[in-house]
Amino acid sequence: MRLSVKHLLGIRDLTRQDIEIILDTARQFKEVLQRPIRKVPSLQHITIVNLFFENSTRTRISFELAEKRLSADTINFTAGGSSVSKGETLLDTVNNILSMKVDMVVMRHSASGAPHFLAKHIPAAIINAGDGINEHPTQGLLDAFSMREKFGTLEGLKVAIIGDIMHSRVAMSNIYLLKKMGAEVMVAGPPTLIPQYIREAFDVRVEYNLRKALEWCDVANVLRIQLERQNQVLFSSLREYNLAYGISKRLLDSLPKEITIMHPGPINRGVELDSDAADSKQSIILQQVENGVAVRMAVLYLLSGGRELN
Amino acid sequence: MKTVLNEQQLAITIKRLSHQILENHVNLDNTVIIGIQPRGIYVSDQVVREISQLIAPVQVPYGKLDITFYRDDIRKEILLPNHTDIPFSIENKNVVLIDDVLYTGRTIRAALDALLAFGRPAKVELCILIDRRFSRQLPIQPDYTGKSIDSIISQKVKVLWKQRDGKDEVVLL
Repeated sequence: MRLSVKHLLGIRDLTRQDIEIILDTARQFKEVLQRPIRKVPSLQHITIVNLFFENSTRTRISFELAEKRLSADTINFTAGGSSVSKGETLLDTVNNILSMKVDMVVMRHSASGAPHFLAKHIPAAIINAGDGINEHPTQGLLDAFSMREKFGTLEGLKVAIIGDIMHSRVAMSNIYLLKKMGAEVMVAGPPTLIPQYIREAFDVRVEYNLRKALEWCDVANVLRIQLERQNQVLFSSLREYNLAYGISKRLLDSLPKEITIMHPGPINRGVELDSDAADSKQSIILQQVENGVAVRMAVLYLLSGGRELN
Repeated sequence: MKTVLNEQQLAITIKRLSHQILENHVNLDNTVIIGIQPRGIYVSDQVVREISQLIAPVQVPYGKLDITFYRDDIRKEILLPNHTDIPFSIENKNVVLIDDVLYTGRTIRAALDALLAFGRPAKVELCILIDRRFSRQLPIQPDYTGKSIDSIISQKVKVLWKQRDGKDEVVLL
């Protein structure tokens, strides 16, 4: 059994079996991370470059840790302080790095489709660490892993994705993945942040009322309100957003059943999630971060194969 | 197809291996047993059950080790891992590793590496149900052997278990 893909560009390209293989393998890597020595030699013949053309804390550290736990050699590249500011093209930058014999590329880029473009032109395995507003597949996988860990299966699980659906690559990857795994998906948020076509395109429920969404779901995956998009006047103020769509402990306590809270981070405390809800025992936000390393180890391990030494 | 061990012989062999392990580890208080995933587990499960009956109510710590991430042919092919479950430290312990068939020795090499992530054992011993002798590619030999057989490369040893294959039997294909 092996993955049907050579790159991880998006959940969209994966089969249900691919997703199951990745999640099952991640479960074994999670055990590795609990050993006294949290490291295996599996990728000691592999060199990986982390190309981050866009800011990231969690994802970059998580990938780097995953690579080191697998004994791979790593190079880090961030767009600031590189020749990108001198006008070098993406393909030139990557080809130059690859000429130094790199096997895998982990890339984040603000342009949707940038990793897909690279995959067509270079021989290395490419892992998308977030491209524009398209997909963030490893986040989708670690969210799924965390839900499966808590509930045992994704089949029939009711998941509400709440917040800025329009600009969220996390939402896209989650929707693709959850639908493939047989979960029920609802998107919720202000009408200005939910694309009109989404119901038909993805066969998901749409809800504009936060309370109704929370009453329906087993899991609320709360997205970050992207402060950098504030000037686009999609909602009037953060304060107003918090009043209509912010989740507080009091709101959670008033629901008929206990639901699980997830968030891909970084949290805007007091905007989409109040501190008392984010830090409550219903939240599995820190488990998501922990699981992220295991899931990324699984992806790197599964995509590293078939390279004979010369 | 040739039968190497039938159901009765297999049961007797496992009993004997259990007694031999017990003979060498009289107190068992510093001994742990670790089965190698996936198929060594069928042997180690029975050995542990046998030993537990002999020393009850004392329990011997029992773990399961998967060696996929330590294989030396990982560059050729990516294999899917099984579960490792060693909920204790093996620091300064006497470890008895158990697998079903010893052939090239490469699995055991990987297992010895994998073990080190759980501590530095005082001693490691190897218990094998079927030893395909004269086919080693590494200097590794068993301490407890169920049965030694002579076989050629094109042959395969298959250990069948009731829970999985419907009957207990070891055959040479």
